[in-house]
Amino acid sequence: MALDQSFVGRSYPPTVPYEVGREKIREFAEAIGDTNPAYTDAEAAKALGHPDVIAPPTFVFAITFKAAGQVFTDPQLGLDYSRVVHGDQKFAYRRPVRAGDRLTVVSTIEAIKSMAGNEILDVRGEVHDEAGEHVVTAWTKLVARAAEGA
Amino acid sequence: MTSKISWADVEVGTELPAQSFPVTRATLVRYAGASGDFNPIHWNERFAKDVGLPDVIAHGMFTMAEAIRVVTDWVGDPGAVVEYGVRFTRPVVVPDDDRGAVIEVTGKVAAKLDDRTVRVDLTATSAGQKVLGMSRAVVRLA
Repeated sequence: MALDQSFVGRSYPPTVPYEVGREKIREFAEAIGDTNPAYTDAEAAKALGHPDVIAPPTFVFAITFKAAGQVFTDPQLGLDYSRVVHGDQKFAYRRPVRAGDRLTVVSTIEAIKSMAGNEILDVRGEVHDEAGEHVVTAWTKLVARAAEGA
Repeated sequence: MTSKISWADVEVGTELPAQSFPVTRATLVRYAGASGDFNPIHWNERFAKDVGLPDVIAHGMFTMAEAIRVVTDWVGDPGAVVEYGVRFTRPVVVPDDDRGAVIEVTGKVAAKLDDRTVRVDLTATSAGQKVLGMSRAVVRLA
């Protein structure tokens, strides 16, 4: 069943702050095999002009995707999450995410489209720090594949 | 932001050093834990095949994380990345053996933009197939 177009433009309440931990950044950097010292060595990060270790560019996805869960699981929207694949992902950074950040996300449905039986959902996540400053915006496109026989 | 590459020194067409990133089942388990994405298609072959995939596949976000390393290793400061986007066009299939799969990434400067930034277009392939499309980053240079 087609998703309800009236949801386009809808925003969800800000998430509870996510506190970015130094060791979580290290764990993520190790998992992607990236030895850039800006992720693990505060002095190296400072030498580049950052107040503390920074996170790899895609680290914030774990936070924005969890926030977008409010959208995907909204029973009124009615997305069949079992058929969903990740179509596109984009980030625009005001500054890198860094250790000690307390980040909140506001998720907004930017677009809902139907193509060849697939439902395409675009969600924008605006990420702000504790001071209310914008840090990064994440755009996630999900595609719910048509049900077989539909 | 402290890029080690000067905007004045690059031209449209400047190639970034290419890199190859190996990915095994162990890599995916580790990435699942670090990212919090425990979707079984990334670690459970039986489940992956049940939903019509050829085998376990890498997290798209893992591939996205590796591809930008061609840019961040080039400039030195990952904080110099201003924008980064990809389209997930094809999965990286990761067999259950000691070799796994390899993601090959190349990048080149596609445009010189304002404010000492450039757009880098990336290509990512695995087993000879393109796995990312529209893979572009905007990065601030010195």
